[in-house]
Amino acid sequence: MAKVNIKIEGIPFEVEAGLTILEAAKQCGFEIPSLCAFNHGECSQGSCRVCLVEATGARGLVASCVYPVAEGMEITISSPKATAARRTSVELLLSNHNKNCQQCEKNGNCELLHVAKITGARDDMYLGEQTPVTFDQLTPTIVRDTSKCVLCGRCVARCANAHGKDMGILGFEKRGFNTIVAPVENRSFIHSPCIMCGQCINVCPTGALMEKSEIARVDEAFKAGKYVIVQTAPAVRAALGEEFGMKIGTPVTGKMVAALKRLGFKKVFDTNFAADLTIMEEGTELLNRIQNGGKLPMITSCSPGWVNYAEYNYGDLLDHLSSCKSPHEMFGAILKTYYAEKIGVDPKDMFVVSIMPCSCKKYEKERPQLTTNGLADVDAVLTTRELGRLIRRAGINFQKLPDEDFDTDIVHDYSGAGVIFGVTGGVMEAALRTVYYKLTGKEYDKIAFTEVRGLEGVREATIDINGTSVSVAVANGMKSAKVLLDDIRAGKSKYLFIEIMGCPGGCINGGGQPYVRPAFLPNEEDDILDTYIQKRAAALYSEDERQVIRQSHNNPQIKALYDEFLGEPNSHKAHELLHTTYAAREKYDN
Amino acid sequence: MIKNFEDLKQMSAQCVSCLNAKFTGEDGKRHVVLCGGTGCLSSRSDEITAEFNKLIAEKNLGDKVTVNQVGCFGFCSQGPFVKIYPEDTLYRLVQLEDVAEIVEKDLIGGEVIDRLLYVDPNTQQKVTKQEDINFYKKQVRVALHGCGSINPENIKESIGAGAFQGLARALQMDRQAVINEVLESGLRGRGGGGFPTGRKWQFAYAQPEGQKYVVCNGDEGDPGAFMDRSILEGNPLAVIEGMMIAGYAIGAQDGYFYVRAEYPIAVNRLKMAVAQAEELGLLGDNIMGTGFSFRVHIRLGAGAFVCGEETALLNSIEGQRGMPRNRPPFPAVKGLWGCPSIINNVETLACVPYILREGKDAFAAHGTERSKGTKVFALGGKINNVGLVEIPMGTTLRELIYDIGGGIPGGKQFKAIQTGGPSGGCLTAEDLDTPIDFDNLVAKGSMMGSGGAIVMDEDNCMVDVAKFYMEFICDESCGKCTPCRIGTKRMLEILTRITDGKGTLKDLDELEELAQNIKSNSLCGLGQTAPNPVLSTLAHFKDEYIAHVVDKKCPAHICKNLMQYVINENKCIGCGACARACPVSAISKTDKLAANGKLFIHAIDQSKCIKCGMCLASCKKIQAIEKK
Amino acid sequence: MAHLQEPAIKKINEICDRYVNETTPLMMILSDIQKEYGYIPLEVQEIVSERTGLSVAEIYGVVTFYSFFSLTPKGKYVIGCCLGTACYVKGAQQIIDKFSEIIGIKPGETSADGLFTLDALRCIGACGIAPAVTINGKVYPKLTVDAVPKIVEEYKAMEA
Repeated sequence: MAKVNIKIEGIPFEVEAGLTILEAAKQCGFEIPSLCAFNHGECSQGSCRVCLVEATGARGLVASCVYPVAEGMEITISSPKATAARRTSVELLLSNHNKNCQQCEKNGNCELLHVAKITGARDDMYLGEQTPVTFDQLTPTIVRDTSKCVLCGRCVARCANAHGKDMGILGFEKRGFNTIVAPVENRSFIHSPCIMCGQCINVCPTGALMEKSEIARVDEAFKAGKYVIVQTAPAVRAALGEEFGMKIGTPVTGKMVAALKRLGFKKVFDTNFAADLTIMEEGTELLNRIQNGGKLPMITSCSPGWVNYAEYNYGDLLDHLSSCKSPHEMFGAILKTYYAEKIGVDPKDMFVVSIMPCSCKKYEKERPQLTTNGLADVDAVLTTRELGRLIRRAGINFQKLPDEDFDTDIVHDYSGAGVIFGVTGGVMEAALRTVYYKLTGKEYDKIAFTEVRGLEGVREATIDINGTSVSVAVANGMKSAKVLLDDIRAGKSKYLFIEIMGCPGGCINGGGQPYVRPAFLPNEEDDILDTYIQKRAAALYSEDERQVIRQSHNNPQIKALYDEFLGEPNSHKAHELLHTTYAAREKYDN
Repeated sequence: MIKNFEDLKQMSAQCVSCLNAKFTGEDGKRHVVLCGGTGCLSSRSDEITAEFNKLIAEKNLGDKVTVNQVGCFGFCSQGPFVKIYPEDTLYRLVQLEDVAEIVEKDLIGGEVIDRLLYVDPNTQQKVTKQEDINFYKKQVRVALHGCGSINPENIKESIGAGAFQGLARALQMDRQAVINEVLESGLRGRGGGGFPTGRKWQFAYAQPEGQKYVVCNGDEGDPGAFMDRSILEGNPLAVIEGMMIAGYAIGAQDGYFYVRAEYPIAVNRLKMAVAQAEELGLLGDNIMGTGFSFRVHIRLGAGAFVCGEETALLNSIEGQRGMPRNRPPFPAVKGLWGCPSIINNVETLACVPYILREGKDAFAAHGTERSKGTKVFALGGKINNVGLVEIPMGTTLRELIYDIGGGIPGGKQFKAIQTGGPSGGCLTAEDLDTPIDFDNLVAKGSMMGSGGAIVMDEDNCMVDVAKFYMEFICDESCGKCTPCRIGTKRMLEILTRITDGKGTLKDLDELEELAQNIKSNSLCGLGQTAPNPVLSTLAHFKDEYIAHVVDKKCPAHICKNLMQYVINENKCIGCGACARACPVSAISKTDKLAANGKLFIHAIDQSKCIKCGMCLASCKKIQAIEKK
Repeated sequence: MAHLQEPAIKKINEICDRYVNETTPLMMILSDIQKEYGYIPLEVQEIVSERTGLSVAEIYGVVTFYSFFSLTPKGKYVIGCCLGTACYVKGAQQIIDKFSEIIGIKPGETSADGLFTLDALRCIGACGIAPAVTINGKVYPKLTVDAVPKIVEEYKAMEA
């Protein structure tokens, strides 16, 4: 890589050619305040004008997030002109901002407040009219509050990057002072084909896009004296530590369980138990389809974002989806039947809380199809971030917690296969481990099917099972899934089984996971945005390796569940409790 | 088909003599030409043309008289025009009813119709010929070459007026030599910034061979400017030829016109010109056997001022919201669809054929040291001769306003001239002898812009003018960058407070501070120049701002909250016309007798008055109602 | 959501077909649809989305950016009052106010009978004949407030 010599504040540095001033400055130890820039290559519009600096060779001030360094360039960050310019930009943004910061749940993670502090923005400058405000909280998942929006465009870019240019839900509307970011016609997300993955929430610098909190709902359940059970999805343990300043990729399973116990939950279970159950059901369904000429390829159905996408865009392919409920919903159904009966609690008094890396699970739990005996399988979904809030509220010092184990009960065991559900390719790998066993009668000797691991948008593998080659594919993010789906629609798909997850990287990068700070804010590592998904994935793969039982069908409690209650996979009872249906939906209703 | 330079030479000779015959009457015919610009067409110029054709047919004059529509005459306030060759008689303000008389008396009887001649507002003299009218005397037509004399819908008249001679010369030159010619002519961009055109071309030329584009910026949006429209309506081939020369120079084979959708006539004529040029083989593959190929594409705007900013324009062609891009990369490196592109405005490209045809020296013979050639201005506002004028750079404002523009109507006092539209500023009486060029205007806190020139007199409130431009900017800001999106809105709010009489001295400081910040912090030229009207009026007319803020008075009596209509008791005759005109019954009679002793003096109840001005209009004769 | 009639769908597709060879045809498609129907409702944008591979959100963003594109139907007669500098200086505001008053709609609105839409325009480049008003493309030069009622009556009479 070619190098160029530059000076920042008069000090000479040698940096890579092609870097922006912002990137170069960061490498040289300067933090220029910036707001709209997210990561190199992802959303640098140079529009907020918070990162203005002086640079020789340029007319006037330049936006350092987009302006490239050049040989001999002298950059001044601290000149009175540049300092005043950055402050004015922030003051203007604040003049059109709803400053109820104390009530704002983004407080503490708000990047606007961060740059306001750094630039020394004065209070109440340039007061005037506000852009007309929309507050959308009609979905169970995402709250959009345009009074907090700074029009950085990160959410627009993230939505289109993850799910395709043809499918991006958010866009800029109108122009000038009336510009807003919204689904078309400034609709609620609920009246748009938004899949509610929550990726937009993850990149929003302010409180303009937030998950809809259900903490109050959980509080109510406790107050009402309900039998409150909590289950945690695999990806939560890979990221919860970040809420408490721990390094990305630190597994915190034991501390998480300890915290949940201190929060008063009657039982603390692992959704992984149900992930194993899912594999039993889904694996059997796949084998049935293969053996009985059913619809192929079969596609996983654990990701509610993906299910939404399918219902909006591929209504004609819904019979390719596995009819299995997602793991936490299966767990809810089992808890409110089998388990409730076992422990003698009226299911009506039971309240199941799922801690999920996913914001869409909040929506999923409200689906009318996901009920058993008239009761919702799951009563509340909290994201990893909300759990962090709950722990802080309770005064728990997370870092100092001891490691504790999930409650020992008839539904607590889980296999390594269940753990890796949280990462793209994980469901496929878990299924392959069991399908291999079912077809060959023996365990796959290497256990791991590393062929389906990785973070590329689409991955495919052909697995040799007893001389039969089984073609499978994995996709994450709808942009990637579309490629596979269009092939199916065209009758060209060569696969038997496809795993699709809504979020790029899978659940570990779900819309409910802790915020990863943009590249240009002080971070644990400069390139963290390029590595955090791998780091969280590694935490899950390492937990898989630490498990004694690595295959779902070897989970003894699952075996017992079938023996005592369900009969066998895909039995009538299993269908009643653990399977669901889908329906095509219109993209823009009403 | 024109297959080589020889073909062009022959056709050109034919067309030149044909066109000359028309002007001189050598063909033994009389030629009636009518202005076919938007202004005159709206004054029924089309119907007038039809009437001529009808009457000429009726009178069997078909072999003795021709009727033609040509491009804009420029003198819009006097339109519609009818001109008769070879005598060069110019009739103005022609109505449909006048046609019969013109046919009867002039075309048949050979008599000039006195009442339709132009009257000089200062000398009250009647003028028969166009060239004798002061408005035209100091003008030099380079960019407007052909406009108002040739039929823009007939390529042969364009060729007769020299079209494609510049291209032919360019094609026989080395590409670098073409760029040098333009560079040395001193041509600078006529669209706003005044960047040297040749240098722009040089950057794009220096890019590796491959797909490149020439883009013509016809998104003329400055309020008060319409020269680009007139050029496209009056001689579209000049712009096409300029684009082709640019294409040859930088190595582009495709040219894109981006024209405002508000200009349907211009777009039609452009399309016609393209089709005719293609038919003759002057556009397309292997032009005149030189191996140079060029195709022209036309794209329409859709009502966004910001698309006049070149990178916003590119985004618009690319089917996106017209939001400007960050630079670098510059369009010359990465422009339309990521390819090296030059974007030149209509007037700039219209100058290019002239430079190649007549030579760089002929062009550079006009103008000042650093601003060569001519510039078209759209003269408007409080001035007698409203219209389009092309003057050599270096002409003084005084010449522009008083000699060409005929001065201020109604004997009012000149106060300021606003140039550069919402990006520019105003010049005052003390600048009247400043030679107009790019650098002088910038030095005076204004800019050339696209050439809008709006004259203000004592009745214009400069704070109101600044507010008008700021409103425009707020409406047209794309909303991408913070300073322009929110900052201009805040400036407008402050200006509104001031004109409403609610401003404070602190507002003035904040206004100036904001203005400076928006200027230095905005992403594109629109935002960077948006505060200019405010800064410029603050610099020249601070006293007016202070009058609004401190005395709560609008010296020009424009700002409604700061003025009153009052009835002068000494003049009121008590007729009651004003009371009848008042839509809100705010006027009633008092118990005081008027000087005539018969009727009662009237008075205005200020608490009811909505300041609509109806009373003032109703009292024109007596003039008893005054603004205070 | 109201669904489009078959002929309309065909027409929209036909408009999209005109520009299949263009690199980025969105503006051209939208301009043609606007010209054809006078507005570009969401259902139509959905078809354009399918045909161009652009998201409806992006198309909607473009439609709402440019003032020529309209999301709601325009009146049979679109009255455009130029509020450019020259016209403004010569009293254009009073003219548009008069139209507003007589028709009973604000600028940007369409009358309930679908007859008139009143638009405030940026400079239409007719400064020489200020103040200027256009009605369906026909330009009324040097208009006075007094002339406004008669013009409105004329259009109403054409409908009677």
